[in-house]
Amino acid sequence: MGLSAALLGMAACQDAGSDDTTDSAACGGKIAIFGAFTGPNAGLVIPSLNGAKLAVKQFNAANPDCKVTMQDFDTQGNADQATPIANQVAQDQSFTSVIGGHFSGESKATMATYDAAGLVMVSPSATAAELTTLGHKNFFRVVGNDDTQGEAAVTYIKNVLKGQKVFVIDDGQTYGVGIIDKVKAGLGATVAGSDKVQTDQQNFDATISKIKSAKADVIAYGGYTNEAAPLLKQARAAGVTAKFLGFDGLYDPGFPKGAGAAADGAVVTCPCLPAAEAGGTFSADFTKEYGEAPGSYGAEGYDGATILLEGYKAGKKTRAELQEWVRAYDKQGVSKYLKFAENGDVDKSKVVIWSYDITGGAFKAQQEIKLS
Amino acid sequence: MNFDELFGHLGQHTVDGLAKGSIYALVALGYTLVYGVLKLINFAHSEVFMIGTFAVLGVWNLLGADGTQGVAMTLLLLAAGLLGGALASGATAVAVERVAYRRLRQLNAPPLIFLITAIGISMVLSETFGIWQGRLVVGMPTLIKQKVAFTIFGTEVTNTQLITIVAALVMMFALDQFINRTRYGRGVRAVAQNPDAAALMGVNKDRVIMLIFLLGGLLAGAAALLYSVRYGNTRFNVGFLLGLKAFTAAVLGGIGNLRGALLGGLLLGVVEVYAATLTQSNWEDVAAFVVLVVVLLFRPTGLLGESLGRARA
Repeated sequence: MGLSAALLGMAACQDAGSDDTTDSAACGGKIAIFGAFTGPNAGLVIPSLNGAKLAVKQFNAANPDCKVTMQDFDTQGNADQATPIANQVAQDQSFTSVIGGHFSGESKATMATYDAAGLVMVSPSATAAELTTLGHKNFFRVVGNDDTQGEAAVTYIKNVLKGQKVFVIDDGQTYGVGIIDKVKAGLGATVAGSDKVQTDQQNFDATISKIKSAKADVIAYGGYTNEAAPLLKQARAAGVTAKFLGFDGLYDPGFPKGAGAAADGAVVTCPCLPAAEAGGTFSADFTKEYGEAPGSYGAEGYDGATILLEGYKAGKKTRAELQEWVRAYDKQGVSKYLKFAENGDVDKSKVVIWSYDITGGAFKAQQEIKLS
Repeated sequence: MNFDELFGHLGQHTVDGLAKGSIYALVALGYTLVYGVLKLINFAHSEVFMIGTFAVLGVWNLLGADGTQGVAMTLLLLAAGLLGGALASGATAVAVERVAYRRLRQLNAPPLIFLITAIGISMVLSETFGIWQGRLVVGMPTLIKQKVAFTIFGTEVTNTQLITIVAALVMMFALDQFINRTRYGRGVRAVAQNPDAAALMGVNKDRVIMLIFLLGGLLAGAAALLYSVRYGNTRFNVGFLLGLKAFTAAVLGGIGNLRGALLGGLLLGVVEVYAATLTQSNWEDVAAFVVLVVVLLFRPTGLLGESLGRARA
């Protein structure tokens, strides 16, 4: 299946040639945005793409003399597909900035390529903590990382769920392992048991037995919908009543859909802002444009694009100028106050993390989790 | 190594494993039937199963299943699901044979070519469903609320596990009787033993081959229903891993041997659950394939060996 997926991905990026070569226009430029716009986890990423598109559209309407175009590249969330795209964008001199990656794996895989080409990357949603420790100065993200999300989850488990026996599960991948390790370290002795599942696993009997034997009252799951939804459904069917806590990887409408009634009462944390809390008219504009409220990372995608658009507006034209622009950015955005630390992480004091719970198959913003 | 957990609830883990293995066994029959007659591994069989699960889901949605229906309606939904799943899977299996294999057989193509078309068809079907249905897991209505059916020596057997195991055994027995006692079965065994001699004796080879694809498909459809009842989820690549495991089960028991498929499937299910319990769930595949390799090293023909033509004991 992987092979054919790769073939499809290659076909999808065929038409990405350079259309307008370096023009000497006084203002404007071209942004590349990449991420999982199709594939199993597209539901997590599409709101961000739409947020960025909205920002570009509004900008071009307001600045007819400073046209910025944005071209999207679909990676299906797969690092192997993101790499050839990165090479192509890096070589095409008409691209002067990049929004992405949306996932941690694809960001990690392409960072060096974009860095070598001098292209700035603004990520709306890649949260793995290690991304900003790899020494690439071109990477900036407008979300809190998994270390801060892990801390917030620990606070939430202790103070809100009041978990005494926590069972932790991850899917063995970069994102899931990273966040669960952080949660484990933070909870210490209240971790009553753990298990590792694998991608595409279908039967979770052994995991459920372990949860029952541990008499867990809270389950913390680091991973994505394809495994979490069947796991939760089977656990509930088998009579497990422990509260279920997931992370931003599950903040996807597909999760309650896949798990059905079993998802009711489940909670996910996300370093993303609820639509209703976003600043300005963003939420209303988004809803008007797309006919639905912005989901996960919609506001962050909008912010990421806005940072770059303001750079073009200020007359920045080259890759180097734009990178400097982002590094020095210091302004209120719709999702949070946007200012970057030395390593490219958003200023920790500005990070916002919210919990969302599922009722009747839909996510509802619950509360902001304050980092202690 | 969590021996306390494994031996503390050994009965529980064994029942879990048997229920899991029953579904492997039903799918394994499709591989074994085809291999026994054609000496061909039909890799598209995993997609035959996948299409069965989507057919079950489609039928349930059509009839408005929502998990709140009464007993009579539940039975009706089960019957309709079985019919829909079996028909869809059976039709897919027969169509795969017509499209991908029949002409190659007439051209006397080398076995490798069959393998390539099998993988090709498998990809075509699963990617088509991936594009059509999305790549995310699809939830199904919960038809039967899981309850403990009975407790034996402290081991709880749930109603859905019981249904899965019993249904798999019944179907296995029926197939075994069909192959060994009916006229059609005799034709199948004859073609498996010696296709040319069978043809000379008046057996229609193409008909027999269509029959085994149909049988394998019907059983995969039944497995799809049991899977849907027990897990309540499906997705475009649901057949990939399960098909691989079922194929492994068939080889483990002795490919081409019906009873071997049953034994291999159950054994594989139990080994996986034991391994996942002892260590972490992501070790279950390692354990399953270690067992396969070790068994094959000592018994290259699988546990029960023999081919379909001679399996009578």
